[in-house]
Order: sequence, then C-alpha cells, then structure tokens
Amino acid sequence: MLAELTHVCPLACPYCSNPLDLTKRSAELDTETWSRVFREAADLGVLQIHLSGGEPASRRDLVELVVAARDAGLYTNLITSGIGLNEDKLSQLDEVGLDHIQLSLQGITAELADRIGGYKGGFERKMHVAERIAAVGFPLTLNAVMHRHNLDDLPATIALAERLGARRVEVACVQFHGWAEANRGQLQPTADQVRAAKATVDDERERLKGQIVIDFVAPDWFADFPKACMGGWGSTGLNITPAGDVLPCHAAESIPSLTFANVTDQSLAKIWYEDAAFNAFRGTDWMPELCQTCERRDIDFGGCRCQAMAVLGDASATDPVCRKSPGRVAVDALLEGPVSDEPFVYRVRV
Amino acid sequence: MIGSNVPLLPRGVRLHYDKVREKNVLLGPERALILDDISNIILAQLDGERSVDVICKDLAETYTAPIDQITTDTLALLTDLANKRLLEARSD
Repeated sequence: MLAELTHVCPLACPYCSNPLDLTKRSAELDTETWSRVFREAADLGVLQIHLSGGEPASRRDLVELVVAARDAGLYTNLITSGIGLNEDKLSQLDEVGLDHIQLSLQGITAELADRIGGYKGGFERKMHVAERIAAVGFPLTLNAVMHRHNLDDLPATIALAERLGARRVEVACVQFHGWAEANRGQLQPTADQVRAAKATVDDERERLKGQIVIDFVAPDWFADFPKACMGGWGSTGLNITPAGDVLPCHAAESIPSLTFANVTDQSLAKIWYEDAAFNAFRGTDWMPELCQTCERRDIDFGGCRCQAMAVLGDASATDPVCRKSPGRVAVDALLEGPVSDEPFVYRVRV
Repeated sequence: MIGSNVPLLPRGVRLHYDKVREKNVLLGPERALILDDISNIILAQLDGERSVDVICKDLAETYTAPIDQITTDTLALLTDLANKRLLEARSD
C-alpha cells in the first residue's frame, strides 16, 4: 500500500507522479486517521506500507506515523527526497523501527539534479543525508528517475549507489502521466539511449550480483507488450491520497469516469472489496475481446488503464503499447513526436 | 554461499507471521515472500551463530532425513535469497 501522506514537497520535478490538482496541507488526513487506516490495512492483508508524498518528511508527525504502522504489523518503507531528514529525525526513525529508506535521485551532479528538482542546493543536502542514512545503518534503495537528460549517466548512477552502500537501485524511466505528460518532448529518451541502458543493466547486474539488486523499469513505449499495471487492477496494490481517497493506482484520478471512496467515510476493507472504482477493471470481464482471447491475458492484465486513457481516451481499451493493439500507431506517432528544448513545466508547490 | 558460512537476515529483512493468510512471510525492501514449509523450517534456524553445515546437520538429526538432500535444498534457498540481497553470509 502506498500512503501519500502529503503533496507538500521542496522539490518541483517535472515528472512528479502527483496529480495536477494537488491537495493543500489543511486537507490532509490527521495522525489518528492514518493510524486507523494502517490498522485496517494490516487486517485486510497488507504487508508493506510505503510512506510517500510529496515529501513525507514534511509531515511533522512522520515518526508517530511510523510507530503506528509498525504497531499495526506493517513493514515500513520511507520514500523520500532526503530533504528535511536531519540527523535527529533519522535517529528517531531508527529508534521506532523504520525498516527501509528509498532515496530519490534526480541526477548525479548538483548542476543537473538541482535543475531537475528545481531546488538549488538540493543535491548537496541529499548526499549529506545519504551519508547519515548509511551511518545509522538503514537499508537503502536508490531510486533514480531516468529520462533523456540523465539516461546516459546510468553507469555513473549505479557507481554512486555502490559508493553510498545501497542494496538496491531502482532505475525508473519516466512514465508519461500527470506532470510528465506536459514535459514529454523534454524528457522522452531516444531509442538508442534505451538500448544502451538495457545493455548497461545486464552488465551491471552480473558484475554486482549479490551486492546490489538492480530493478529496471524500462520505458514501455519501446516495448512490444505492456506493463502489467499494478500486477492486475485491484489485485495486489492500493494507493491512498493525502486527503484519504483510495485509488487502485496512483494515476487512477486521470480516468474521468471513476470516482473514489474516502477512508473517512468507509472502512478500507469495504472500499477494497466493494468500491466501483476497484471493481471497474478487476479480473478479466472488463477486457476487450483482444485481451480476453490473448495468451498474455493473465501476464499483462490488459496493461495500464491510465495509459489507455491518456493515449486513446478510452480507459477500457487494450494498452496501446501492445503490438497487437490497433492503438499502437498512436504510441508510435508519439515516439516520433518532436523533441523539445523548451524549459520544463515544473510541478507547482502546494 | 558455502557450508562454512554463517547465514543471517540483514537489517531490513525479517520474518513475519501474516494472520490474514495464516502463513509466515519474509519481508524485505520491496519484497514479500510467502514461505513454504521447507523455507520456513530453514529460515527459522538462522541465529547468526551456526554455519550452514551445522544447521544442516541439526536438521538431518531432527527430521531423520539424508544430510545431502538437506544441504542441497538449504544452499539453494540461501544462495537465492543472498542474490536478492535478503540474506547475508558471514565467513568466520
């Protein structure tokens, strides 16, 4: 379960996965409600909670929330830019049993990282926080969001992860939803970059076997088959927004036909099992004929609903990345779209 | 992973009883592995003190099973977990 505690963030990355319509601080769930939701999640069978944002460290009650999640029996993962995690806060998180930290990386030089994050001095602070994380001994995953401006730095990115003592690296190529959609021309990597990145990942996985696990989220527009969105809609994951809306995936609000239940009105179990948004694309009955009869039906689950919506305007169509989809031409057209050197459209601050 | 290594779960990886599924799971960064009976028995042995060889010998006695088979299964599981960074091996 992904708990987006807040949309407040010191960074303004142009590919932010938060929605365009951001939630204000005053509308966020309070400590008590989050704590109840964590207990309900554990009772429902959730094993891991990802405390995310925005920047979760901007919540003053972060330590209390980790306590609540651990008390509920959940594995706690903090997804952070590092900004706002000072030494004192890290030792408090250590004391209350935070299990793991996932640190985002915008670039391997201050020049690029601060330009992407829209925050001067951010990279230097992040590197300082990374040292403190290592000193405490937290297991660390480095989450590098990659695109045209930094994909060529992949070998150096992995080398940085080694230096920081990370156990895992997530190489996540930008998905064009939300803020990233407005920056597609600026961020879209080239086919050559993607090929080189795949080769790098293969080599580095071999070299770092048993030392660093590399997860690679390749840009699916260059693939033949779509990603299995959330391992199947409403099957294994859920996302809660800062205001308590419960989403089957973090981008689900981009599908206008869906409305979402809120944890302040209903229990999480009732929402998970009965809510119309969760049942809209659950299982295989919703699928078009093409997916129903496909041998990859239970591998891809029809792909990403939000991508079908974004590219084709139809959330119940086959993911247009699929080579079998008549919508594939639309993705190919987007891939051939113009490269832009315009300035980034930065995510706005709440 | 070799027989003389002492296997242990590193920080951030822990065994957890899931009351909903009524099964033990191994929880780690971005991972949740539901354990089968054999994995359960092997992982319950990790105490950070005994080597793989000693653990296998103890298991062979407890379950009156052939030690070769137990050693093969144990090394396979522990090597797989080590490659996923869910297990560490100390060489004393």
